[in-house]
Amino acid sequence: MGLADIIIKLILVVIIFAISLVIAMYSTYAERKIAAFFQQRIGPNRAGPWGILQPLADGGKMFLKEEIIPANASKFLFIAGPSLAILTACIGTAVIPWGQSLTIGKYVIPLQVADINVGILYIFGVVSLGVYGVMIGGWASNNKYSLLGAIRAASQNISYEISMGLSIIALLMVTGTLSLKEIAEQQHGFWSHGWFTWNVFRQPLGFLLFIVCAFAETNRTPFDLPECETELVGGYHTEYSSMKLGFYLFAEYINMFVSGAVMATLYFGGYNFPFMHHLGLSDNLVAILGVIALFAKIFAFIFFFMWVRWTIPRFRYDQLMDLGWKVLIPLAIANIIITGLWITFVK
Amino acid sequence: MESLTNKRKVIESKPLNFWERAYLPAIIQGLSITMKHFWKKPVTISYPEQKREFSENFRGMHSLKRDENGKERCTACGLCALSCPAEAITMIAAERQKGEEHLYREEKYAAVYEINMLRCIFCGLCEEACPKEAIYLDGDIVPPDYLRKDFIYGKDKLVEAPLNQ
Repeated sequence: MGLADIIIKLILVVIIFAISLVIAMYSTYAERKIAAFFQQRIGPNRAGPWGILQPLADGGKMFLKEEIIPANASKFLFIAGPSLAILTACIGTAVIPWGQSLTIGKYVIPLQVADINVGILYIFGVVSLGVYGVMIGGWASNNKYSLLGAIRAASQNISYEISMGLSIIALLMVTGTLSLKEIAEQQHGFWSHGWFTWNVFRQPLGFLLFIVCAFAETNRTPFDLPECETELVGGYHTEYSSMKLGFYLFAEYINMFVSGAVMATLYFGGYNFPFMHHLGLSDNLVAILGVIALFAKIFAFIFFFMWVRWTIPRFRYDQLMDLGWKVLIPLAIANIIITGLWITFVK
Repeated sequence: MESLTNKRKVIESKPLNFWERAYLPAIIQGLSITMKHFWKKPVTISYPEQKREFSENFRGMHSLKRDENGKERCTACGLCALSCPAEAITMIAAERQKGEEHLYREEKYAAVYEINMLRCIFCGLCEEACPKEAIYLDGDIVPPDYLRKDFIYGKDKLVEAPLNQ
């Protein structure tokens, strides 16, 4: 690996980091606007034209708020909690293939930071680390509401990770690889050999299970029990103020972005779009259009997350566990068996 | 028992069928309902720029009226203060001096007339009590302020602007 490669990778890392932060920042704005539209309101519209400076105003407010650390809280862990939450949220984007390789002169620039052959496992590892931020923060607050929220987050994430993993196994049986780049390449174009190439048309049940689990893993409504306001004041971030609270809220939006990217890559063809090679465009242009297509898919998922949030009320805790253990896991296992039979007898 | 109204409904609680237990049809139905609202026009009135029309008998901020010659109508009789259930009105009367005939209609006038807008309940009893048709609650909403003392409105804020200046 030459110096040029390292510099290209570094630039890519910085760009992806910046993009994911900006998208998370504007997701807060989008959430408020979309919530307003669903409730026939206008939403934030005072800071700048149409309120587009609202996230900056919110960020400024967060930084200027008083920093409170409870007297009996474990100070180190109290600070480590939100840091870990935002760290794990940010590193998930490393293995996402953002597009086909660009060719500029003699340099081939892969639009992916790390094409590791265990990409999905990496994503899983990062996702399951994410709950540590919530756990540590909730525990270190020395507050029973925070602790209850943290316990809920932990048990919810563990339960839903199982069915998420099982739904992924069925997908892996179809694709035969763990590398996200290869999975994206397999879904090339939109139509080939008499069927759609995108995995959502090969694994519809698997996708359904995956998206339900993604809602639970990102702690979004209807599974936002860890921060259930009606019962737990603020859940795991009850004691948090200032930018540490901001980090927790921010991590949720980055997680949404990452899970949207993962779902788009695994099931919705990643950076592929219909007729991508029938338009007669140059490879670089196709790659750039592919990046745009991927982001369009991610935004669609983020919109869907918000749409669901402003539609469905929160689950009760026992219903959540029932759904996870008694419905999703059996369905995921059935999905594996059906996929296995299909591969054995049809393919 | 015979019900007094016909509004009573007997609610059957049937066990949920398969599709109801599967959540998904209900969720899709809910999503379609919220999506319908997404495209509807917002009902918000952006307040300071846009104002909702008040009803004709809306009672807002008080104004002390002048007569057709631009003289103050108030004679400081004190009936408004007496009628005020919130005791929001105070005044100090004074006698009209020579040369002030163009300012005040009668020999007595209110040298100080104060309404505490934080006490006022906008009931309109003062305008009913006034024998001289001098006070009306025909103004706008009382604007917000930072200090309690700034809500005590004197004649500078209450008296109508003089005619044809």
